[in-house]
Amino acid sequence: MKIMNCPLNGPRNISEFAYGGDVRPIPADDAEPKAWADYLYMKSNQPGIAVEWWIHVPTSYWFMAERDLRTDEILATYPPKLPATGTAS
Amino acid sequence: MPLALLKHGLFGRFQTPKRQIPAPRPLAKSYDVVIIGGGGHGLAAAYYLAKNYGIRKVAVLDKGYIGGGNTARNTAIIRANYLTPEGVLFYKESMELWETLSQDLDFNIMYSQRGHFTLAHTDAAIRTMRWRAEVNKQLGVQSEVIGLDEIAKIEPTLNLSRDVRYPILGALWHPVGSTARHDAVAWGYAQRAAEMGVEIHQLTDVTGFEITGNRITGVKTNRGDIACGKVLQAVAGNTSVVSAMAGLRLPIRTVPLQACVSQPLKRFLDTIIVSGSLHCYIWQSQRGELVMGGAVDPYPLYGTRSTLDFKEGLQAHILELFPFLAEVRMMRQWAGMADMTPDFAPVMGKTHLDNYYIDAGWGTWGFKATPVCGKRMAECVATDVTPELISTFVWDRFSRFDQLGEAGAASVGH
Repeated sequence: MKIMNCPLNGPRNISEFAYGGDVRPIPADDAEPKAWADYLYMKSNQPGIAVEWWIHVPTSYWFMAERDLRTDEILATYPPKLPATGTAS
Repeated sequence: MPLALLKHGLFGRFQTPKRQIPAPRPLAKSYDVVIIGGGGHGLAAAYYLAKNYGIRKVAVLDKGYIGGGNTARNTAIIRANYLTPEGVLFYKESMELWETLSQDLDFNIMYSQRGHFTLAHTDAAIRTMRWRAEVNKQLGVQSEVIGLDEIAKIEPTLNLSRDVRYPILGALWHPVGSTARHDAVAWGYAQRAAEMGVEIHQLTDVTGFEITGNRITGVKTNRGDIACGKVLQAVAGNTSVVSAMAGLRLPIRTVPLQACVSQPLKRFLDTIIVSGSLHCYIWQSQRGELVMGGAVDPYPLYGTRSTLDFKEGLQAHILELFPFLAEVRMMRQWAGMADMTPDFAPVMGKTHLDNYYIDAGWGTWGFKATPVCGKRMAECVATDVTPELISTFVWDRFSRFDQLGEAGAASVGH
């Protein structure tokens, strides 16, 4: 099985993890509904390297991962850097 | 025939068979309509543009070969028993087109009406099915919730025992559920469109658009640039890549959908069996192979690799339905890149640019919509008015929080 390296728990089977979407800036509390809609639904979805949220389900630990969407290669995983400022992908 | 064979054999006076698709030629300087994507949807749109609207100066561009993407990678199931009235009406029209498509195209697409079960393993699933059945019947689509006795009569080999993890409680029965030879659909549309003057350019990769004001005026390709009147994009899997060239962000993620077939077996399964709760479906092809698949992969990827994890999960569930398949070997596996939208409904029609049209977001359910998409997108492009039937699928519905709730009937309901 594919292995992902959890920053908290070390290398684990990919089935222990769940994908949580792209790391992208959260709109301000008073942002227009359109900005929130864009944040929630619209995706750049380009084949390239994406910065993503992942969770190790058994321990409920959220972290960030850099993954190549063309090859499924996981390039790096690290504890969340907050506030999330990555670009949408 | 034997005499003709002898004559041709002796004298060599045989006719070379006619090419189904005309030989490649250089790209023209300009086309009225450029269709990006030579899958079923794009080719069908080209066919209906030429046939229904007399628009024949059309180029279909494909970076690979026609019908080589998701058209060849789906599992060929056709049905109309969706949940929302919009979805049901749309697929009902598609079903009507399917029923006469072999005759209309004079091309055997091997359309086979065999009946379609959606199994219920929970009370909640039964409730959704009653809802679906009532919506379907109201709109004239054959659909019925049936119990175990009736299921056993129609499909006696299905395991209805209560000695499994998720016993079957009932099913939504859709007698008109069908299958068709998916490649033939692309070939049939391509051949008839080409006969009417549509140019099909394979190995032609779109690399960018020339945008002037609110219009696309040119399409750049690896074989040269062309001017265009209108552009229609139908490139499932790569939708976001092409739309980004036009400056359009969409509510779409590209996620692999895997499937597989078994070795050929003597015919035992007449119907199509789908279980949303078990995330699996199975039917037996004309060659005797069992065609099996399930839900999309758990995370996005631009790739068509297969995984063992998926097969193990899928087969564990298939074996609950048909335990006697335990010794059967799997013969082929593959994946396609599916356009997943948040509401499991497509993205169709006009866009932010005046002459740029989109047919996308088809997730795991695009094959069965091929004829209606072709017909209605041709109408949309030719008349520049979004047809009523597809108006709810507009791309910017999300910015108005106006989604369509089709997940209950579409998620694994192939």
